[in-house]
Amino acid sequence: MMWSIYLNVVVQGVLTGLVYGLMALGLSVIFGVVRVVNFAHGEFAVVAMYAAFVLFKTAGLDPLLSLLPIAAIFFIGGFLLQTVLINAFIGRPEHDQFILLVGVAIIIVNVLLMTFGPDAQPTNLSYAFDSYSIGPLFVDKVRIYSAVAALAIASGLFAFFRYTRVGIAIRACADNLVGAAVVGLNVKRLYAVTFGLGLACVGAAGALMVTIADATPSLGPAYTLLAFVIVIVGGLGSMTGALVGGVLIGVSEALAGFLIEPSMKSMFSFALLIAVLVLRPQGLMGRRA
Amino acid sequence: MTRLWLGMSERQRALVGIVFVLLVFAPLVADRYLISVLTLILYFAYVGQAWNLMMGYAGQLSLGHALYVGLGAYVAALLWVDFGVGPWLGVFVAVLVAASFGAFIGWLGFRFGVEGVYFALLTIAFAEFTRIAFDHLGFAGGSGGLFIPYQEQRLGEWWNLRGGQILFYYVALLLAVSAVLLVARLTRSRLGYYWVAVREDEAAARALGINAFRAKMTAVIISSGMTAVGGVFYAFYYNNLFPAQIFDISRSIEIILAPIVGGLGTVFGPVVGAFILTPLGESLITLTEKLGINVPGVKAVFYGAILMLIIFLRPSGVWPWLARILGVWERRP
Repeated sequence: MMWSIYLNVVVQGVLTGLVYGLMALGLSVIFGVVRVVNFAHGEFAVVAMYAAFVLFKTAGLDPLLSLLPIAAIFFIGGFLLQTVLINAFIGRPEHDQFILLVGVAIIIVNVLLMTFGPDAQPTNLSYAFDSYSIGPLFVDKVRIYSAVAALAIASGLFAFFRYTRVGIAIRACADNLVGAAVVGLNVKRLYAVTFGLGLACVGAAGALMVTIADATPSLGPAYTLLAFVIVIVGGLGSMTGALVGGVLIGVSEALAGFLIEPSMKSMFSFALLIAVLVLRPQGLMGRRA
Repeated sequence: MTRLWLGMSERQRALVGIVFVLLVFAPLVADRYLISVLTLILYFAYVGQAWNLMMGYAGQLSLGHALYVGLGAYVAALLWVDFGVGPWLGVFVAVLVAASFGAFIGWLGFRFGVEGVYFALLTIAFAEFTRIAFDHLGFAGGSGGLFIPYQEQRLGEWWNLRGGQILFYYVALLLAVSAVLLVARLTRSRLGYYWVAVREDEAAARALGINAFRAKMTAVIISSGMTAVGGVFYAFYYNNLFPAQIFDISRSIEIILAPIVGGLGTVFGPVVGAFILTPLGESLITLTEKLGINVPGVKAVFYGAILMLIIFLRPSGVWPWLARILGVWERRP
């Protein structure tokens, strides 16, 4: 029954990939509107992982619930970060913004290191090892829950950009910055909202990540790279692209880990990234600029 | 070289001369620790200069320069350990290998119109890909690392980079000085003006008949080749190589901090940046030790904060500002 093993691996990859996709969605939204590459993205995800971990250990709060307050706090944090720091760097060269966010990333990783130490912290949910069996499939409960939550949050964000006035205003900034300023939109404020939303995605994704991976500070740079790969593969600035890219990378990681060697799994992601950059630079779902 | 010297003002000559003489005679007074810090500064000034050539002058952002350091280091170390080929010869192979990688990445990027942030991500992707590949390359030691054995009887062979601290100090000084001279020379050449033109406005440069593709390719090839020489130095200075260390993205970031902080697209920017950042890191270690804070990470938090502060206050780098104060600034392309 070889094919059922593959099926299991693929399904697991898809489910993990949706959580990855939510994280990458935050990066994509920020880049698509503010045009700043958030080089501290994965580090923020790890902060959220620790937040969910602490809330679970101290208050017994399930990460699936704690993701809401975490996302809310991350929204405020992102709003403030953009207002206080990053708005001053809008229009400055990319490498300046890069150094700024690398500074943020270095501080985050090391504050986490000082507070929690370098060891991985397992959350040990009571239902972590439960699984559903559907025909030949055995699917982890936590992965199903996380994937559903990730999809729900992503659809919420889609709806926000589609139907609310603020969402439409933000899209206007992304499409035509000068035009948006001319009709009187407060661009800097909208940038702050966008950065807040981007971080809220990461916050929620980080909380979900705790159910499938152990929190450790060194995950930060790895997740930043992961988010980049996903977003470029899917298409920078495309929201569906981020989710599709997430699923693709999730599946490729799962298959490579199963077929070849777990430590080589991200090599395939980077190979995919190189192929996409060269053959279809706008990403799978992106439009040509 | 004489043209460069004659082209400078009195003050500039005095400043360059004093710094050079101080560095040449530093080992007479400095203790072992100071020499090791100075060696590190000169190493970062060198690799920073190599990166500066590509980003500061030709305007191509690479965030994967650790790739070339690592390739240079591994090629020279493997040739030495497995075949007994000394680094004086191995360095040519190392440069060739790294420059071919650089040329391939550049070709992919420039031919297919991968620009700006996307190009930067392409360079990261190659560096990370190679890091994981080396983790699994058995003949290069894999993730367990590659070690250059210590052989007492070879210690005097300076041409094989076998020797004490002073040897490495002067090699680093030689590298840093040659890099400054090379960049100063190149930026006053036709090619250097091509680079600046492409950096400022590629379409306009093309319209003037500049072959932008070729200009960018030469920048990548020279830069990656130069960086590989730094890698050879690294391999024989530290005598151990681990893919997770040498190819890591944090290494690439380390390389580019000095030129950005010092001043991109200036000849002395990478040197000034290295003289600020390396001692800063070192003094933070001493300071936190003195204060009795033994938590890992404290130093890095301050480092990150100061980095943000510098880039906030001096957007175009410290050197242009410093040079104006010292009265040695001149606007060069």
